[in-house]
Amino acid sequence: MKTIIKYVMLDLLRNRIVLAYTIILLIISFGVLNMDANTTKGVLSLMNITLIFIPLVSIIFSTIYVYNSSEFLELLVAQPLKRKTLWLSIFCGLALSLSLAFLTGVGIPVMLYEFTATGWMLLLSGFFQTLIFTGIALLASVKTRDKAKGIGIAVLLWFALTLIYDAVVMLLLFQFSDYPLEKPMIVFTMLNPIDLSRVLMLLKLDISALMGYTGAVFHEFFGSGMGISVSLAVLLLWTVVPLWFSLKQFQKKDL
Amino acid sequence: MIIASNVTKTFGKLKALNNVSVTCNRAQTIALIGPNGSGKTTLIKTILGMVVSDSGFITFDKHNILHDWKYRERIGYMPQIGRYPDNMSIAQLMRMMKDIRKSSFVLDEELIEAFGISKMANKKMRTLSGGTTQKVSACLAFLFNPDVLILDEPTAGLDPLSSELLKQKIIAEKEKGKLILITSHILSELDDLVSEVIYMQDGSIQFHKSLEQLREDTGQVKLAGAIAQVMKER
Repeated sequence: MKTIIKYVMLDLLRNRIVLAYTIILLIISFGVLNMDANTTKGVLSLMNITLIFIPLVSIIFSTIYVYNSSEFLELLVAQPLKRKTLWLSIFCGLALSLSLAFLTGVGIPVMLYEFTATGWMLLLSGFFQTLIFTGIALLASVKTRDKAKGIGIAVLLWFALTLIYDAVVMLLLFQFSDYPLEKPMIVFTMLNPIDLSRVLMLLKLDISALMGYTGAVFHEFFGSGMGISVSLAVLLLWTVVPLWFSLKQFQKKDL
Repeated sequence: MIIASNVTKTFGKLKALNNVSVTCNRAQTIALIGPNGSGKTTLIKTILGMVVSDSGFITFDKHNILHDWKYRERIGYMPQIGRYPDNMSIAQLMRMMKDIRKSSFVLDEELIEAFGISKMANKKMRTLSGGTTQKVSACLAFLFNPDVLILDEPTAGLDPLSSELLKQKIIAEKEKGKLILITSHILSELDDLVSEVIYMQDGSIQFHKSLEQLREDTGQVKLAGAIAQVMKER
């Protein structure tokens, strides 16, 4: 498995996109954190960028990469290798390179300017976003043979999780505003990895007071050790489940 | 050595393999012949585990290949159209394959020398011509000195000289008692290579005979004539 991860990472380094991604993240992070004397505000802006930009890059780049390495996959499937090893190596290679890029590009500036629990939470959630959306990308690309269709599905999934999901939840909130929705809101938040990361971080920023009663309920749940562990477990589940489905699909795919 | 039992594979509505059963033994050289789209490549890919059959099973040395991936260590495969990572050079590709196999087998670099591959080791795979890619595929198939060689149209796209070199190499391997499976549309070059003939049509095997038997049945000396006769009769 190590051999193949090595070759995937070498290949990724050679095409320089990951390097460009790291540099862009570095520029954005330093820029945003330097803009205001109050770095907490900077971290808040950085969070918003991270939660939109990181999933998008991870999902699109990984989808295209898997399609472009169809020759590589075809070649290696005929070799004495387990399909499982091959697929997990592709995932590890991609996830490792992208999260390394993130941890360098955002991690270094955050560690320099905001070495706090909030900063750590930002890095942790960015790291999870990378893993989760790489997994979803693998699932999208193994399900469809057509490259354009696969990339389209990947973009739609990203769109659904960043915008459409929130819009639907908002709509439900307004429709049922007569009922107590605080508890269901926790569940809705759990179901979307981006929202979950956002809430976890907002609570670390102590501005949950601005969110009224819901914020208090959130604070009570996500602030507790139990809530944090459940959230991390859900994020982990979001990483493992798409990857597992993609693996099942890859094991019976004809190449 | 390789036994396929009632293997069926459908792609959508198309039945690519229809209840195929075949037995291949050590020291046989088998020609897999049939019109375009008769399922030859699909059969080969199923044996290699690249295509997963809908029903039926294949065993390699009595092990079902579905649960066992190690058997591929003993197969050298030369695809019809070799597709390789674009931005790798020949040398990098060879190194990667050696890295993956980590084999204790003695490497067989005879073809690499014969084709003069080392002279262009630094060329990227995407810049290679079709024929050169074919040569690289051939080198990789023979490199690990495998017990079984599966060659899908090995000489298609090769110049006459290289084609002859490859043929000599196949004969040399045959003499070592290896199982060799060849598909080709150039029947004349199979004459002095093969010992058995499998004829496929529309995804099923029409017959599996030894070359002498086929010659006897059709009264033709050349394989091309014999096959032409068979096709006419059907």
